[in-house]
Amino acid sequence: MENKIRGKVYVLGDDIDTDQIIPAHYLTYNPAIPEERKLFGKYALCGLPEASRGLPSGKIPFVAEGADGSVYKVVVAGKNFGCGSSREHAPLALQQAGIEAVVAEFYARIFFRNSVNGGYLIPFETPGRLVEKFRTGEEIELDAQKGLLKNLTRNTEFSLKPLGDILPILKAGDIFQYARQSGMIK
Amino acid sequence: MGMTITEKILARHAGRTHVEAGENVWVNVDVLMTHDVCGPGTIGVFKEHFGKNARVWDRERVVIIPDHYIYTADSKARRNVDTLREFVKEQGIPYFYNPGTEKYKGVCHVALAEEGHTRPGEILFGTDSHTCTAGAFGEFATGIGNTDAGFILGTGKLWVKVPPTMRFVFEGTLPPYLMAKDLILQIIGDIGVDGAVYRTMEFAGEGVHSLNIEERMTLCNMAIEAGGKNGVIAVDRTTLDYVRARTSKPFDVVENDPACKYHSARTYDTKKLEPVVAKPHSPDRRALARELKDVSITQAYIGSCTGGKITDFIAGARILRGRNVKVKTFIVPATTEVAAKLHTEKIGEKSLYEIFTDAGAKVGEASCAACLGGPKDTFGRLNGAEVCISTTNRNFPARMGSMDSEVYLASPLTVAASAVTGKITDPREMMA
Repeated sequence: MENKIRGKVYVLGDDIDTDQIIPAHYLTYNPAIPEERKLFGKYALCGLPEASRGLPSGKIPFVAEGADGSVYKVVVAGKNFGCGSSREHAPLALQQAGIEAVVAEFYARIFFRNSVNGGYLIPFETPGRLVEKFRTGEEIELDAQKGLLKNLTRNTEFSLKPLGDILPILKAGDIFQYARQSGMIK
Repeated sequence: MGMTITEKILARHAGRTHVEAGENVWVNVDVLMTHDVCGPGTIGVFKEHFGKNARVWDRERVVIIPDHYIYTADSKARRNVDTLREFVKEQGIPYFYNPGTEKYKGVCHVALAEEGHTRPGEILFGTDSHTCTAGAFGEFATGIGNTDAGFILGTGKLWVKVPPTMRFVFEGTLPPYLMAKDLILQIIGDIGVDGAVYRTMEFAGEGVHSLNIEERMTLCNMAIEAGGKNGVIAVDRTTLDYVRARTSKPFDVVENDPACKYHSARTYDTKKLEPVVAKPHSPDRRALARELKDVSITQAYIGSCTGGKITDFIAGARILRGRNVKVKTFIVPATTEVAAKLHTEKIGEKSLYEIFTDAGAKVGEASCAACLGGPKDTFGRLNGAEVCISTTNRNFPARMGSMDSEVYLASPLTVAASAVTGKITDPREMMA
């Protein structure tokens, strides 16, 4: 788990579902095959309607035409991020595109579990709504240890909720390493 | 203090006498289900972490049901089914429903029930969010990702956070124009697509217990559409009759303790409810069917785990009998068992199959088909700016295919009535 994440932010609204994160016709690629796994980064968030692509303006592609990944490091979103399908391809696609953390008001349960147990990204939750406090493309710094998100462009800062129960799994790396460290599996 | 059905099942599988909502516990898994979309990735995770020659923890508890991308020429989709075939052979897994053979079933959630893999009191995990369907059998069933499934394949265990239970009580039996789909869309409209996040949704009351098992599955199926971790319905005679007819395996019925604690409770009077529709692009955008009578549609679709069971087709055929559809109408049985019943189940002299084809509808093969879009050649897929009314469970942007399409969700009665008029139609208009 990285202590500090710096880079550009991509801003989304409420109820971003897994069909928008990675549409179903890309699910024929098998994430267990390295060259197919990479492709998920290329198609991450390509199911977003135009108006939802990078708030507040919209129409900002998450992955530029022809690119394999995104220039953004962190997603800031509203409520119920990752709702819908159980497809683990969703956090995988964001990770493959270059996203290291998502900061949302709260998550759909399966997306949250998949992000943590698969070790794809850190799903931070916020005490209040941050969607309007950031514009897509602004520079941010996320201090994972302190649970602080800074908007470097505007010189503002916001505390995030403690990671709580999931911190040991995130620190270990994923559910397998966590289970090994705690002696559950060899 | 007393426990709910869900708390009690989780406690028993964690080797505990008591658990409380909010606790994290490791539980022993009774059944793990996977399919062609998430199976290959799950197998990859399993082999990466437990070794190339690893064996699954219990081959009798792994159920593999390819169902998503079956009738397509897409080479990767076909390769994924081959990956499952190799794994089943290598591991000696007995419960595999192989496409292209007599054992092929179709949609996993309905197939699990028909083949006796859903049993009261058990824990079922599946690599599909609609695994919560099986809560209709009084068990704990929920969807997980590839990593969790790969972990279970190797260990037979998983950690879960014990969810608090929201209770939804329906008083009075359902009038003939209402179906389970109307009840669940009513609830989701009330609480929102995040209204049950991290929680159990328990469905109770005479309105629920007078439903057959398929309708109960429709209710539990869409718990995830409110963000629910699982849906559950207490076991009764209907449950036991269905399960005992399909498996000889023993199981324990688990009931709510009288003094159990609920997160919240809501009561509905079924006589006051009307047929409802969820508007694009979210299952919680509820409207009454009669309020949308000016909305023109270009396609109707009856199918999927939540809307492609024989009860759904009997309902659709009651409306379509002796009528003609005005828009493209697709009929997709969830499983091969349902597909066979389309020919044997009759209303008057005609089979359901005859009623549908006489009305001008197209009948497809058992699978998930266009419910989630899928490859371009998928039966019933929305390949342009179509406006579809559908018995499926999700209407997110582009869910059934094109980014330009719109999907309205409704009961099979409402979908069939709308197919006849070409506009969204309250089925009561055709049920005089």
